[in-house]
Amino acid sequence: MLAQHLPALQVVIPLLAAPLCALFRRGFIGWLIAVAATWLAFAAAIGLLFRVLNEGVISYAMGGWAPPIGIEYRVDLINVFVLVVVSGVGSVIIPFARTGTAARFNDTDQAWFYAMYLLALTGLLGVTITGDAFNIFVFLEISSLASYVMIAMGRDRRALTAAYQYLIMGTVGATFIVIGIGLLWAMTGTLNLADLAQRIPEINDTRPVLAALAFLTVGISLKLALFPLHLWLPNAYAYAPAVTSAFLAGTATKVAIYLFLRFFYTVFGGGGFFESTPLPEMFLVLSVVAMFAASTVAVFQDDVKRMFAYSSVAQIGLITLGISYVSETGLTGAMTHLFNHAIIKAGIFMLLGGVMFRMASVKLEDMAGIGRKMPFTMAGIVILGLALIGTPGTSGFISKWWIVLAALEKDQWWLVALILLASLITMLYVGRIVEVAYFREPSAKAADVREAPLAMLIPAYVLVIATIYFGLDTQWSVGLAQRAAADLLAGIY
Amino acid sequence: MIEFPPGLLLILGALPVPFLRGPLRGIWMLALPVAAFALLYSLPDGNHFPISAFGQELELLRVDALSRVFGYVFIIAIFLGVIYSLHVRAVEEHVSGLIYAGAAIGAVFVGDLVSLFVYWELTAIASVFLILARRTPEALAASMRYLIIQVGSGVLLLAGLIVRWHETGSIEFGHIGIDGAGGVLILLAFGIKAAFPLLHNWLQDAYPQATPTGTVLLSAFTTKLAIYALARGYAGTEELIWIGVTMTAFPIFFAVIENDLRKVLAYSLNNQLGFMVVGVGIGTELALNGAAAHAFTHIIYKSLLFMSMGAVLHRTGTVLATELGGLYKSMPFTTVFCIIGGASISAFPLFSGFVSKSMILSAAAHEEYYFTWLVLLFASAGVFHHSGIKIPFFAFFAHDSGKRPKEAPLNMLIAMGLASILCIGIGVWPSALYAILPFDVDFRPYTDSHVLAQVQLLFFSALAFTVLIRTGLYPPELRCTNLDTDWLYRRLGRRLLVRITSAAGAVQARFYGALNRRGQRFLLQLYRHHGPQGVLARTWPTGSMVLWVALLLFAYLFLYFLDIF
Repeated sequence: MLAQHLPALQVVIPLLAAPLCALFRRGFIGWLIAVAATWLAFAAAIGLLFRVLNEGVISYAMGGWAPPIGIEYRVDLINVFVLVVVSGVGSVIIPFARTGTAARFNDTDQAWFYAMYLLALTGLLGVTITGDAFNIFVFLEISSLASYVMIAMGRDRRALTAAYQYLIMGTVGATFIVIGIGLLWAMTGTLNLADLAQRIPEINDTRPVLAALAFLTVGISLKLALFPLHLWLPNAYAYAPAVTSAFLAGTATKVAIYLFLRFFYTVFGGGGFFESTPLPEMFLVLSVVAMFAASTVAVFQDDVKRMFAYSSVAQIGLITLGISYVSETGLTGAMTHLFNHAIIKAGIFMLLGGVMFRMASVKLEDMAGIGRKMPFTMAGIVILGLALIGTPGTSGFISKWWIVLAALEKDQWWLVALILLASLITMLYVGRIVEVAYFREPSAKAADVREAPLAMLIPAYVLVIATIYFGLDTQWSVGLAQRAAADLLAGIY
Repeated sequence: MIEFPPGLLLILGALPVPFLRGPLRGIWMLALPVAAFALLYSLPDGNHFPISAFGQELELLRVDALSRVFGYVFIIAIFLGVIYSLHVRAVEEHVSGLIYAGAAIGAVFVGDLVSLFVYWELTAIASVFLILARRTPEALAASMRYLIIQVGSGVLLLAGLIVRWHETGSIEFGHIGIDGAGGVLILLAFGIKAAFPLLHNWLQDAYPQATPTGTVLLSAFTTKLAIYALARGYAGTEELIWIGVTMTAFPIFFAVIENDLRKVLAYSLNNQLGFMVVGVGIGTELALNGAAAHAFTHIIYKSLLFMSMGAVLHRTGTVLATELGGLYKSMPFTTVFCIIGGASISAFPLFSGFVSKSMILSAAAHEEYYFTWLVLLFASAGVFHHSGIKIPFFAFFAHDSGKRPKEAPLNMLIAMGLASILCIGIGVWPSALYAILPFDVDFRPYTDSHVLAQVQLLFFSALAFTVLIRTGLYPPELRCTNLDTDWLYRRLGRRLLVRITSAAGAVQARFYGALNRRGQRFLLQLYRHHGPQGVLARTWPTGSMVLWVALLLFAYLFLYFLDIF
């Protein structure tokens, strides 16, 4: 009975928990509710994963209204993979959130913060699970609105402008997406993704459909922060509270990547757009530019959080590079990196949150000599940084390996060279942190800091260990990604 | 019997070191190589530690005769290194040294290229801390250059192994050869670590910048790991002979004009590697035996030389030839040990260099590579001048600098003493070394012709050296320069050589100057666009962001519509 309604529960649990947090108005109770809700959501995602593995695609009619009239929740390997990532990262961050949040906000604000967190999670899970195009827009707005608030709560006053810019850009993106969906609806008369996929091939060279494709491309590119539409991201990540940065870096862009896959492979895939339009080439070029430009910017950054925000843009470029190959290997690499990067980046931002908590700064100059003061925090950052570079034995190596393989399949040697060169640039900025943190005399600010509290370290180390674990055992990450990639490609042919 | 990779034993053993204090730390660090040695000794040949990861079968412990030789000498080197560095308090130096050695030993025993790559990168990353630990701005800069080149080598190896896997479907680390693109890439990766000509600059750049103890370890592992990898993958590749010959010859010219004695040793290290590369390139059983044996003896006597210079640096704070001299009065033991090292590297009979180098020379002669043989002979003379004479002479004798430092610390003396015993022991009883070489040895080093030829060479050079000093004909910097060329060359006069050297120096300076300016301009450009205030990094007004959105929308619309127009 319960298993039957898992798709609904996946979204409903955090959705209902959010107002509960707000009603109680107590930080600790709000936190408890958030922990319970996120962990239940994670459990629901795992449950769904096993159901999909056993039974295949699940179609759930919301409220008993049969699709295509009613809203259908459609769970297949592709989105259950993302559901697990999003809810998993979401539930690891919450235990971490307590210390920092309690220290900074009063009781009511804490409760609001957790409410927003849960709403953002609801929105992201909803976007992922639903099989209805308009429903995607609704959930996207829920998650976006909640995350604007979460960013604006940052301690830096620039967080306000960052949130404002993100609001404008996010709204533009969402509007573009809804325009695209509207055009599609006008042409096909359906909002159900599966139905759309069936009808589009018949009208694939009409202008409204092509216009819809263009609007969706730009709208989703904005959401996933693909170069040059990434401009909102660095500030949003840099000035937001640590919890928000970790959460957004681990989930929001990943869901946008899922949306991209869903629209372009499942919905438009049958229409032959990959052959008839230069979509893959555009993505390839933008991805490579993103990898280099953003990494290079990261090398010169003085604010470590902003450095890793730019690194996120570069890593997203790596993911979209894998997508642009339109091959099973490439998609496997992209989805694996989606999984791995969510873990790595969330972990880095959590550890930086610990630094911020102790030192009230993450400026590179202030972090001088911090390696001795906060050994575990810095060791974690170094391990995750190694994973970003793609060092073997960490999960980052696995994803890069697959994406390189995909380039080799197409005999694009120069791309292999570029990917490896980009790794070298990554090494430069990670190396910069290592040098400053371990080989300089402690700065004035770092002189008397202590190790971050355990409540912050332990959740972060869950992700550090996961990074190493998934670098050695790839059964779940690559194994699932590979099957999902095969399913995605099946939509094209 | 325990079947566990000795390299991993060292790496894991390094982890508790920061938590140990006092004598316990020293005992633990000394016990690690001893345990690794016992472990390796007890292992029979074969594959012992297969694991599967990344969907591949990885062989982490392939023991055969070739890997065993290198394994033994690497363990001896880290044992000596640990003794030598016992007085060092900085724990990161100990940890990174042990991990570095463990990675090198691990790399020797892997049976596939993927695991080799992992260890390859680990040696690079672990060793950079030995340079950083010096904590000078020059060391920091050198270490970053070193790291980039070393990791670059690893990236090439990775690229090569992927290509090779693509070509052959196998990642086994056996004979590779340069038939495919993968083989060439991997050779390039090995070549960087082996300091092939033109790929060698990192070595002279970084090694003299490391800590006194760090350089000893650095000199032992990275390059010899590359020699092992070459012997495994490219034995009998004829191109290597030419590369090796060049390597033996060209560093000599640099070594003689160099003032920093540790840099002189770095050049001579490069030259010694050339002998091994030639041995690998010839590829006969005798030649490969020679390469392995030379690597074995070389690691020990080169460590010894670096240890003696490290002791000088430790006590006086400098290793510049112009600032040293007369140290034998207060550092007699170090002087003796340094001379033993110098005698070994110069291949005096009864010292270890002789029994291994003569194998390579014989192999070259036997296969009728006479030109190679001649260059190697010339290089041997050169080695004698800049390592055998120049190093001890300028540091311990020459003009008295007035410095009277204390004798080296006891642990340094013990390490140098042990290394000296090994140098002489191997030279006098080579059969023990010959017994562990990859192929059966049917070679006698002490034949009349070998000994006579070598003694003549050395004697003649020494005589010339004495004459030059007595007559005071040449400025100090150039004494050795003239000695390591043959008679004819000397008659043409040092002016020519000076002219060539200075002209080459000027060209080099101009070239690097131009490169430097260009590099700086490039960096400036990069910074202008990517720096914190650069166009790519600053916070944009929201309006401009939206403009980008609109632009992209039009671009996409245009591109999509192209098809149906």
